[in-house]
Amino acid sequence: MASDERTIKGRAAIVGIGETRYYKRAQSPHPELRLCLEAIMAAADDAGLSVDDLDGFASYSNDRNDPSLIASALGIPELRFSNMVWGGGGGGGSAAVGNAAAAVAAGYADHVVVFRALAQGQFGRFGQAPPLRTVSGPMAYTMPYGLMSPAQMFAMRVQRFMHEHGVGQPALRAVALASYHHAQSNPRAIMNGRPLTPEAYDASRWIVEPFHLYDCCMENDGAAAVIVTSAERAADLRQPPAHVWAAAQGSAEGQALAAHNAPDYATSNFKTLAPRLYATAGVGPADIDVVQSYENFTGGVVMALVEHGFCAPEQVNDFFTPENLSAPGGRLPLNTSGGNLAECYMHGLELIIEAVRQVRGTSTSQVTDVELSLVISGPMVSPVSNLLLAATR
Amino acid sequence: MAPMNGSYLPAGLPAPVPAAGDLDAEHWAAAARHELAVQRCNGCGRHQWGPEWVCHRCRSFDLGWAVVAPGGTIYSWERVWHPVHPALAEACPYVVVLVELPQAESIRMVGNLLGDPTAPVAIGAEVDAVFEDHPDGEPAYTLVQWRLRSAGA
Repeated sequence: MASDERTIKGRAAIVGIGETRYYKRAQSPHPELRLCLEAIMAAADDAGLSVDDLDGFASYSNDRNDPSLIASALGIPELRFSNMVWGGGGGGGSAAVGNAAAAVAAGYADHVVVFRALAQGQFGRFGQAPPLRTVSGPMAYTMPYGLMSPAQMFAMRVQRFMHEHGVGQPALRAVALASYHHAQSNPRAIMNGRPLTPEAYDASRWIVEPFHLYDCCMENDGAAAVIVTSAERAADLRQPPAHVWAAAQGSAEGQALAAHNAPDYATSNFKTLAPRLYATAGVGPADIDVVQSYENFTGGVVMALVEHGFCAPEQVNDFFTPENLSAPGGRLPLNTSGGNLAECYMHGLELIIEAVRQVRGTSTSQVTDVELSLVISGPMVSPVSNLLLAATR
Repeated sequence: MAPMNGSYLPAGLPAPVPAAGDLDAEHWAAAARHELAVQRCNGCGRHQWGPEWVCHRCRSFDLGWAVVAPGGTIYSWERVWHPVHPALAEACPYVVVLVELPQAESIRMVGNLLGDPTAPVAIGAEVDAVFEDHPDGEPAYTLVQWRLRSAGA
């Protein structure tokens, strides 16, 4: 490859994965920083690296664990790269891997950790409104009207998408059923042993129409980490590398405008990113073997898969069935660990880890002969990001 | 539009106050006068909501306000069943609508749809603004709410 070619393809790989045990919200016996350190050390061990080898850290969604503190706590000899993707939700998950890959490709650092840690007993919840006496700016245009949680923010977008394309509730239900189905073979999953039936989905309470309870992600405690290094270095390490073929982050015009004024509203915000990702990798949706797509809410997954070209908006009702979305034989196996809905809400880093497992061949719902494994991070927020991992360089 | 007796949602939600630099102060002042005011660029005439420091189109800093006709159409909606704020514990279900203002380049505003919260809601239905005064707010404020035009004044 010419050294002046502006692409990440073939230059970096994920070589280590690590997780703590996953807990129900506020059930972790340990504070967040300890969980974070535990996951990072597990990832180093998985890769066959010494913790001393780690020299960079990247995260997203305002993770509270500052890389300087982590590096000091771990006794790391030299910190060379620390990086944070702006924005909430899980929108920065794939972007953090992209940034780590860019850092090793540029030579800023050699082994960059991408991490996320959450302990909601120690800190606050996402799904509850903050206690305020007054409100100003963009929140003043929504909160006094009772629109203040992530579910309430995104139900409005999904409702419009369903209206524009005649999408029925069973399409959203199929996403939830696929996640719960895959969680039943994953002993790490919070919802392992708690299968979901279509009848139970239909009977579950509304959170905010069009979202039932099972359309909404869990909130959990735990930590997860992956290690990114150069493709050359990856070849010498313990695990089969998951090569980075492409990563993209960003947003379409006006997606962060206040009071739901994005010019293109009924979107997951991937219309600009998906073509960019495919063009970098030189592939298309037909080449993808398995997908992990961040489920803040099921409706966002539906929009994101449409915008990644897996089906047209008018085909959603036919395409989104539990059979099509299930490993190993479905047309597009989706969220094969159980994801945010049924494995653990580790802000989508658990989805990146599952995408690596699919490349390695070690998933509990393994798809046969995976060559290309796609991650979609944070539909409907801004920025969003995506990541394409491959078994070959 | 007569002021309402009582409000759609219970007391206890945070009171809106003008943003830093009084960016949106005129919107809240106009609402208190029972007028619907949105930002408009003095350079190119474009309407925008929420208020910004520059015009999205011509990037002028010279932005003013326009009082627009207090009506629109429902662009999207949601019915909230799970309260996420203590003040709303007994208020569910309630309906939030996203209203498009065709007379102002289709900018959108969030509000509540007054009336039966369990009734079906139709995207595209025409609505009129209802100015909901909160004289006991700290500080006092007025919200812009919406009512189906077919429901009559």
